Order: sequence, then C-alpha cells, then structure tokens
Amino acid sequence: MAARRMDTSGTESRGWHSSIVGFVLSLFLTAAPFALAMSGRMSRPIAVAGIASAALVQIAVHLKFFLHLRDSPSSRWDILALIVTVLIIILFVGGSLWIMHNLNYRMM
Amino acid sequence: MRNPAAAIQTGEHSGHETASNQAFGFWIYIMSDLVLFSVLFATFAVVGGNYAGGPRGKDIFDLPYLFGETMLLLMSSTVFGLATLAAQAGRRRAVLWRLAIIFLLGLGFIAMEIGEFRGMILAGNRPERSAFLSAFFTLVGTHGVHVLLGLVWMAAMMCQISVRGLTVPVRSRLARLGMFWHFLDILWIGIFSIVYLMGVA
Amino acid sequence: MFGKLSLSVIPFHDPIVMGAVGGATLAAVVILALITRYRKWTYLWREWVTSLDHKRIGVMYVILALVMLLRGLSDSILMRSQQAFAAGGSMGYLGPDHFNQIFSAHGSIMIVFMAMPFLVGLMNIVVPPQIGARDVAFPFMNSVSLWLTVAGALLVMVSLGLGEFSKAGWSGYTSLTGKQFSPDVGVDYWIWAFQIAGAGSILTSINFLVTIIRMRAPGMRLMQMPMFTWTTLFTSILMVFAFPVLTAALFLLTLDRLLGMHFFTNELGGNMMMYVNLFWTWGHPEVYIVVLPAFGVFSEVVSTFSGKRLFGYTSMVYATAGITILSFTVWVHHFFTMGAGPAVNIFFGIATMLIAIPTGVKIYNWLFTMYRGRIRFATPMYWTLGFLMTFTIGGMAGVLLASPPADYVVHNSLFVIAHFHNVLIAGTLFGFFAGYSYWFPKATGFRLDEKWGKRAFWCWLTGFYLAFMPLYLLGFMGMPRRMHHYVNPAWHPWLIVAAGGTAMILMGVLFQAIQLAVSIKHRHSSRDLTGDPWNGRTLEWATSSPPPPYNFAKIPDVNGIDAFMDMKEKGTAYREPDRYDDISMPENTACGLIIGIAAFVLGFGMVWHIWWLAILGTLVIVFTVIVRSWNDDTGYTMPAAEVEGIESRRRELLASAFAHAEPKEGYEQ
Repeated sequence: MAARRMDTSGTESRGWHSSIVGFVLSLFLTAAPFALAMSGRMSRPIAVAGIASAALVQIAVHLKFFLHLRDSPSSRWDILALIVTVLIIILFVGGSLWIMHNLNYRMM
Repeated sequence: MRNPAAAIQTGEHSGHETASNQAFGFWIYIMSDLVLFSVLFATFAVVGGNYAGGPRGKDIFDLPYLFGETMLLLMSSTVFGLATLAAQAGRRRAVLWRLAIIFLLGLGFIAMEIGEFRGMILAGNRPERSAFLSAFFTLVGTHGVHVLLGLVWMAAMMCQISVRGLTVPVRSRLARLGMFWHFLDILWIGIFSIVYLMGVA
Repeated sequence: MFGKLSLSVIPFHDPIVMGAVGGATLAAVVILALITRYRKWTYLWREWVTSLDHKRIGVMYVILALVMLLRGLSDSILMRSQQAFAAGGSMGYLGPDHFNQIFSAHGSIMIVFMAMPFLVGLMNIVVPPQIGARDVAFPFMNSVSLWLTVAGALLVMVSLGLGEFSKAGWSGYTSLTGKQFSPDVGVDYWIWAFQIAGAGSILTSINFLVTIIRMRAPGMRLMQMPMFTWTTLFTSILMVFAFPVLTAALFLLTLDRLLGMHFFTNELGGNMMMYVNLFWTWGHPEVYIVVLPAFGVFSEVVSTFSGKRLFGYTSMVYATAGITILSFTVWVHHFFTMGAGPAVNIFFGIATMLIAIPTGVKIYNWLFTMYRGRIRFATPMYWTLGFLMTFTIGGMAGVLLASPPADYVVHNSLFVIAHFHNVLIAGTLFGFFAGYSYWFPKATGFRLDEKWGKRAFWCWLTGFYLAFMPLYLLGFMGMPRRMHHYVNPAWHPWLIVAAGGTAMILMGVLFQAIQLAVSIKHRHSSRDLTGDPWNGRTLEWATSSPPPPYNFAKIPDVNGIDAFMDMKEKGTAYREPDRYDDISMPENTACGLIIGIAAFVLGFGMVWHIWWLAILGTLVIVFTVIVRSWNDDTGYTMPAAEVEGIESRRRELLASAFAHAEPKEGYEQ
C-alpha cells in the first residue's frame, strides 16, 4: 500500500464511481440472500449455498471497491498476507470442525 | 484507483515510508483479528446447534430488523470511501462532515444491536441459557465491541482533524481507521450470512 | 469496593509460601535500596524504562526471562524434591493443592514468561542490526509489548502472596477450569497473565514482520538474510496466526467463568473438548515459536565458530518454512487419546512424523557446516554441541509419540514430560544460552567469562541427563505426570536420581550467576574494543559493542549472504562514509510503561472482581493510546556532527585495537 502523489482531477470521480458501484453491488448481494432466507421456498441446502455464494462475492466486492485491493506491486504483500490468512483459517476452522464432529460422533 | 493507505500525500521521505509501514502493519493486525473471529465462528459452528431445549435462531431472529442494521453499516462503509476521497483532496470540512455521518450511522447500528440484545434478554433468552445463545451473543457482541472501539477512534480522529488538519500522520491514521471500518463490515457480511440467514433458512 | 480481595487472601497458614513471599519481597526491597543508594533512578528511567531503543528493550526482555527462569527453576526443585520424598505412603512436604499450583506455575512461567521474553529479547537485540536497519518498524509498540509482558509476569508473581495460582496445569483444561470446579482466583490469574502477555506477543510479531519485510538494507534480498533473521520471520508468522486463537479460547473461558456462559461447560450444550482443541491449535505452534529462534541461533553460532559459511543455506530456509507450515497441522497429537477416530488420529500422526524430516535437514546442515571447518570451542559452541547430541534424542522420542497407538500407552506419563523437556531444554534453552553468550559482548560491550560459562554448561548438560533420562524409564514403567505422591517403590530410586539432576542444574544456574558477576567485575579488562569479538559473519558485528543508538551511521549496501564477512574479505569493512547525515531517532516516552501498568491493573481487577479497577485500567490504556497519537512529533534529530563525533571516537578505538597485538582469544583456555 504505497503512498502516491496527490492528483485530484480524474481520480475523484473514479473514486465516487468505485464507492457507488460497490454500494449498489453490495445492496443487491445483501437483498438477494435475505430474500432467499425469508421466502422459505428453497430447500435448506440450496438456500445455504445461495447465501454463502452471495456472501463470498460481496466480500470480494468490498475488497475491490472499498479496500482497493488489486494486483499491483504495492499490494502484493497485502494479498499474500490475505491468502495465507485465509488458508490458515480454512485449516483451523475446517480442522476443528472435522475433529469436533469426529469426537462428538464417537463420544455421544 | 488508490487503496486507503495510498490516500496520503507523498511527504518527506521518512514520512512516506512510515505511513506505508504503518498501513502494512495494520493490515497484518487485521489478519490476526480475522483469525480471532474465525475461532468465534468455528465455536459457533461447533456448539451453535446445542439449543439445550431453548430457542433456535429462527425463534428469535428478526430479519427485517437485521436488514436495517446491515444497511446502516453498508452505508457507513460507502460514506467512508467518500471521506477517504475528501481526505486525499485535502478537503477538511468535507472529511469532518462525512465522518460525522459515518459516526451516526455506526451509532445507529450499535443502538439497534443493543436493542436486539436487550429484547432477547428480557424475553429470557440470555447467553447463559444455552451454548447456542452463548456463541451467538459472543460472536455478534464481539463484533459490536469492535464497532464501538471504532467509533471511539473515529471521535478521536474528528477531534484531531479539526484541531490539526489533514497532516500526513493524521491521514495515515484515517487510512488505517478506514481499513478497520471496512474490515468490520466484511465481518458483518459473514455474521449476517452464517449466524442469521443460515440460522433461519 | 474491593471485590473478593481482603486480608484473608494472604496465605498466612502456609509457611513455605510465606517464606517464598518473604524472600521475594526481601529481594525486591534490597534491589530498590541499592538503586536508591547508588542514585540510579534517573539513569534507569531515562536510559532504560522509557527507552524505545530496540537494543535496550531487548536487554530488558532477557533480564525478565532470566529472573523468571529462577522462579520456574525453584518450582522444579520443589516438585522434584517432593517426588523424591513422597514414596510408598509418605505425603512429602508439600500439600496437594500447593503442589498443583507449583506444576501449573512452572509450565506457565517457563513457556510464556521465560522462553517467550528470552526469544523476543534476542530478536530485538539482533535482528535490526542484522538487516542493516536502525530500529524496528514500530519502536513505541515495541515498548508497549515489553511492558505488557512484564505486567503478565507480575500477575503470576503477585498470585503467590495474594490468593493462589491455578491448580489446573499450564494448559487449563475445562471443565476443571470452569466456574464450578475452580471458583477461586487461581485460574483467573492464569487467564489474565496469558491474555496480557499474549497481546504483547501479537504486537511483537506484527513489529518484526514489518521490520523484516520492509526495512532491510538495500541489496539484501530475502535469500541473503542471516538465518537468525529468517527464523525470526517464521517465528513471527507462527505468532501472528497462533496467538489470536489463544486469545479467543481464553476469552470464551472467561465468559464461562464470569457470565455463566456455556462454551466449555458440561451442561446446557457446552463442549469441553472444544477448549482442548482450541488450546492446542495455539499450543502446538507455540512450541515451535520457542524453538525456531533457538535453531536460528545455532545456525549463526555453528557457522561463526566453524569459520565457514552455513552449509545448505537454501535448504535451511525451505526446511524452516516446512517446519512452520507443518506446525499448524499437527495439534491433535496433544490429545490423541481423547476420543477421535482413526482417520483423525492417523492424519495428525503422519503430519507430526513429517516434521522430523525438515528438522533432520537442519541437523545435517549444521553438521556439514562443522565438517572441514576450523572449530573454535567457545561457550556458545559448547551449548550448540550439547544441543546437537541431546535434542536429537528428544526428537526421536517425539517421533515415537507421534504414533497414535504408541501415544495411547504413554500419554500423560513421564515419557511425555521427558520428551518435551528434552527438546525444550536441549533445544530452546541451550539455544537461548548460546545466543546469550554469543551476543552478550555486542549488547554490553564486554565479554562473559569463558571459564565459568563452560562450567555452567557441564552442570546443565549432566544435570539435564540425570534429571530427565530417568523420566523416560519412569514413563515406560507407568508413572503418570503431575503426581503429588505415589505408592510404587520401583519408581523411587529414579526420582531420587532426577532430584539429583535438578540439584546439578541448580549448580549450573549458580555458575551462570557467578559468571555474570565475575564478568561485570572484570568488564574493563574484557572489553570488546572492535565490536567483532568472534570474527562474525553478519552485519550486527560491524557495529561497535554496544552499538550507537542509530546502529549504522550509513546504511550498508549488501551483496550477498554473510554480508559482514564479505566486507571484511573485500577490505570494505569499517570504511568511513564520505559524509554524515542527520539521523532521526525516536524519543523516550513513559506511555509504554503506563500502558503496561494499566494492563496489570485491569488484570488484577478482573481477577478479584474489582470492577471499577478493571474499568479504570481499560480507560487508562485507551486514553494513553489516544494521547500518544496526539503527538505527531515523537522523534528527535541527531545532528550529523554528533553522529560524526560518535563514529570518529569509534574509529580511534578500532585503530588502537588493531594496532596492538590481537588479544588472546580467551575462550580456548
């Protein structure tokens, strides 16, 4: 995340653009899973899949349009840190779920 | 388009490096906080199904109310993007106004969440009632405490900006607050999806 | 008003505890009196307590570690002597509740308040100069980390005289540590000591990650960094991901205890095993956190004292990376016997065994570095050789334990205790002692006495074998860990031998204390005049001993591995820069200390349920952080002329040191 020279001309309108697009996309990606959950018409597995997908996409939207994370040399370490963190979380959470499920099954 | 930490005018050499290092260091802190929350999520996943004869999610969650909370937080995140832009352009009053709006939206979120918790507790659905309720209150409550701390930070920032103006260190701090605020909104996406929506679906 | 606190919480009924409290209080009073007598308060305040200099902070960490080592060792002596007495009907001299507190405190102190401060201290002293930097990325945060760690240690020490410590082991399993079975303050002391120190550790890891990634000297690529810096990088990665898990787990336990929630309770939906799972998700990376820096020390020491470049640098880096990654994937091996099925156990068992491979790569690399080298037998090299032989035994015991069926037989027996003390003492502690001996001249400006150092080493080595080899046997003979007394007479003789080993170790520590006293007494004659007492290979040896506040007047240009040796061979070491610049330095501040004190107050209030005190501590922390952020001008500029003055005085010293005959290299006596 290197600092860059101040340049107001085209950047500010691009900045507004980024925020508005981010907001509209997030609004949709929020309303859709809410509607899905509240309608009760989908079966549970499909609803869960839909909610999860919307969440993942909206997180990506936030990372791109609000946090401005992109594949530039200055963001490289940030993205690396994020990827490693996500892998660790998958390991910890997935591992814990597997272990606890296994224990509960055998001990209950 | 720049990222929040780039919203800092290139000042003297060491100031630039410091701001850049501070942003990177703060990002790493956010990664560690992400791991902490993932443990709370994992715990929710493991014991969240243990209702102990008490209420389930669908019995106590009010989804339209939740949508309202979510909108407050989403709008505050969007306005923060605009505040960052104003800071890059050096427009102090615009920054202060936008931060004030974000503060009120955030305060509204907290007020709604306290209202929700209070309602549940008064109805007898206390965190000590079951593991599900313990996990629910803790995960959502910890997020809420983070938002509260963000608001304290924001109030301090607004004071600093009025008194000092948009100096390099102030802008660096504002950029980090922005990262923090967006991070909390991302966590909220996880919370409303996994805890509330999947609890009801 | 004072929560659960009252005069009755002082353990007047227990003479042994009161004796310890009396002794500790007396020692503290004597130290305070001496400081006053020699009028050192201002000096200590200005030069140490409020300093943001990483070198000073590092030394304070090491001092904390050495003091806590004495406390942890006294716990060992109590335990070993108790077990030497408590055979066949005898109850020994310690009450069971007291014994339980002792083994809980012993583990907690040695891991979190001895090993962690020691390694963070070494990292602080060594890493910035090794990468050609002037300080760490966040000097103020560094100070905060230090004082948070001190606050945690203070909580443990205070528990001796006010209330009690946890009786539930350093791992604090639920539901024993829950509200129902441990309503006393002991578990709370343990929780808050760990939480506060843990926060300090997370801040430290962030600091070193940014420092190493962002502040290396120009030209120093990642694959040219010294090995100790690499291990610091990997250790910081382990810390930043593992410690949040501990924070969360202890937070949930606190909610159970304070607010009656049901995360880890036996009823209303809690799951006790989830605590065990979470604790070891932190706990396993933690033991690699304490051992990797020791491996880094050994790499530095072996190459320096063999007069050769480290063998297999690239494979060393990749092996350490492999260990780091694998250490996140093995945690179930701490609870193989607790109900998981074969699929889970086999996965984690194999992952555990795999760690032996990169560890073996490292051992071979060290051996090959020594092969055909010109070995100098200084004290750091003694510790390293002791490590190479002894750690390997402990590692092999670990591979045995990695097999779930084997672990089923010896789980929670003294075999496990022998294994982990084997790797922790021979690995971690010997590594830190090697680092202490190696970098002592750099940090203080004079050398440690070699004679007493070697005597101490021999006591530690023989003492270790006497104290812990019997425990392997006892494990196979079926003796469980943490036993207050026992009836099997066959165990008794081995426990007496073990107690003898502990006495030997005590003598080793005594010799180390004598070494320090003697070295300080002779510091003028054993001065390190050049800054390079060992013919070192890495950049920290290019500075004076101790280094100037800014480390380097001109940031060096680096061309490869072992940058300083490279410079010496090319004749570019000690070259005067063509000009001197102003250097900006961080200014002293008391804010770090204030935050530490406030954290102690917060912890103490939470332990004793003195809510207003806890709130006060929290508010002071928040307030101090905000006040600190208000100050945009937290540095001062050292003018170029002053830098030039310091540097020219150094060059005079160098000239006179090189002009005289090379002083006898005392360590070969």
